[in-house]
Amino acid sequence: MMKKTLASLTVLGLLSACASTPSAPTAPAAEPAAPVVESKPAAPVADTTIQPVKPQLDPLKDPANVLSKRGVYFDFDKYDVRADQAALVEAHGRYLAANPSRSVRLEGNADERGSREYNLALGQKRAEAVRQALGAVGAKESQIEAVSNGEEKPRATGRDEASYAENRRADVIYNGE
Amino acid sequence: MMRTLLSRTLCLLALLLPALAQADVTIEITGAGARQFPIAIAGLNGEPALKEALTPIIRANLARSGRFKLVETGGAVPAENPLAELPAWKGRGADSLAVGSVRVDAAGTAYIRLRVFDTLSQQHLGGFEIVAKPNQLRRAAHQLADQIYELMTGDKGVFSTRIAYVQKQGKRYSLQIADADGHNPQAVLSSNEPIMSPSWSPDGSRMAYVSFERKKPIVYVLDLYAGSAKAVANFKGSNSAPAWSPDGRTLAVTLTLDGISQLYLIPSDGGQARRLQRSAGIDTEASFSPDGRYVVFTSDRGGSPQLYRAPAAGGEAERLSFEGSYNVSPHYSADGKMLTFVRRENGAFRVATLDLLSRQSLTLSEGGYDESPSFAPNGKLILYATEVGGRGTLAMVSSDGLVKQRLSAEGDVREPAWGPYTGQLPLTRLSFNP
Repeated sequence: MMKKTLASLTVLGLLSACASTPSAPTAPAAEPAAPVVESKPAAPVADTTIQPVKPQLDPLKDPANVLSKRGVYFDFDKYDVRADQAALVEAHGRYLAANPSRSVRLEGNADERGSREYNLALGQKRAEAVRQALGAVGAKESQIEAVSNGEEKPRATGRDEASYAENRRADVIYNGE
Repeated sequence: MMRTLLSRTLCLLALLLPALAQADVTIEITGAGARQFPIAIAGLNGEPALKEALTPIIRANLARSGRFKLVETGGAVPAENPLAELPAWKGRGADSLAVGSVRVDAAGTAYIRLRVFDTLSQQHLGGFEIVAKPNQLRRAAHQLADQIYELMTGDKGVFSTRIAYVQKQGKRYSLQIADADGHNPQAVLSSNEPIMSPSWSPDGSRMAYVSFERKKPIVYVLDLYAGSAKAVANFKGSNSAPAWSPDGRTLAVTLTLDGISQLYLIPSDGGQARRLQRSAGIDTEASFSPDGRYVVFTSDRGGSPQLYRAPAAGGEAERLSFEGSYNVSPHYSADGKMLTFVRRENGAFRVATLDLLSRQSLTLSEGGYDESPSFAPNGKLILYATEVGGRGTLAMVSSDGLVKQRLSAEGDVREPAWGPYTGQLPLTRLSFNP
């Protein structure tokens, strides 16, 4: 385990050593920014200066919007959408119902314990639970594909309950993402 | 953007490290058989003319099997007719003696002869000749070791067979094929996305596997001669767990066409899926019986993952495993009498066998994360994935549990699959006329 961590650290080290400009780390999604309040003074009439374009925040990327949250977490050995995850899943379902041109891939995951193929099936079971919950609030079947990563793409690589819990997850990934 | 940059950079890194990817697997023996045959493997007359000596390969194979005690030869190379010397070899503790010769022609082709004698009865037990090109010497040595093994033990040897496994180095995955002793690893496929579940076609010419290169699990078949891969199961949802029918025409696969993972049959070159089982739970990890009549698989239809068997023509499944709450990944032995599978015992995942007639099961491995067992084609050894120091590696255990070997390679190695008898050099049996 330690070795894996060291190896990835080494790779990251090499990457930053090669890069001419250091890449900014991705902002943590955990701290939702305050909602953007438009409080501009009334624009003077006949002003010819260029107006700044008001950014239309994509609700899927707006940290203040529940739709920006994409991970649906599950309990150990459980494959039904947990009560505390239901609002998140429902929001995505309603968004899909309102935006029929959008579609999603649901990627189920499992922790690393046991058979890889069986874990693929367990990840699928989680993605499938989310698929059904999205459908229940109006998302169409043609908008959703439920697939599994099994234990092949762990977000957390530790051998502890916190890592296992992080990997008991299904991700909502919109087309084009 | 960042992701693309990252993966491109990793590609470059992977390109810069080809030496690591080529590293051989090394083997460590961690047990021995109950009864060992004392044998002297003398060198071959004319062997120094070869660019690679064969005797050390033959000796290493036999020693590694745990079923032989190699008697020191002191570098002696007896004549190909050593009858007069046999009592002396008996005196050294060898019950049998292997001797031979090599002749290399102008084109570099080697004519290799090997004979085995019983030192007590002074009988000629067998003689063999193999003709090998310079790049076939190692294979020739493995086949000769197979012959010695079979003469002494009565079981077919598997030194000349090959194994497949998935190697992960950094972010790079490759499907490797190596000799059964871990030498000569060749990457037949590599990808930045996970590869899993390699499965040999019965004739050894093709390999089915699961790849995530198109962002979800899809089953491919790789033609090992042409080097080309084709997606054969790419249905909506996940596609995984390919298993060949014995005639090579059909694959059992796990699909998720109406939600949960279920078993289907597809033509091995792709086509329509036919449902094999229908259950309310997970059905996956199919393996055909060698006669093609049955499929064993993992299912949690009874509440926990257990082994089941159903007719390959469709029909009701019978539960095979009853001990413990986690029994998965069944694979048949070549004679169809045994299964090897993974069971969880006190939180540890271990390789076990199940005798289909007596229904007795036996735990063979001692690791905590042992996975993906498959039988050698002689049914005497099981290859599986284990972990040493947090890193995935390969191990072998004899089906009686007595002989254990560990193979270690660079990177993280997993998902091994033992290949069939294939690609053998022609072998001539020699008579003995002293």
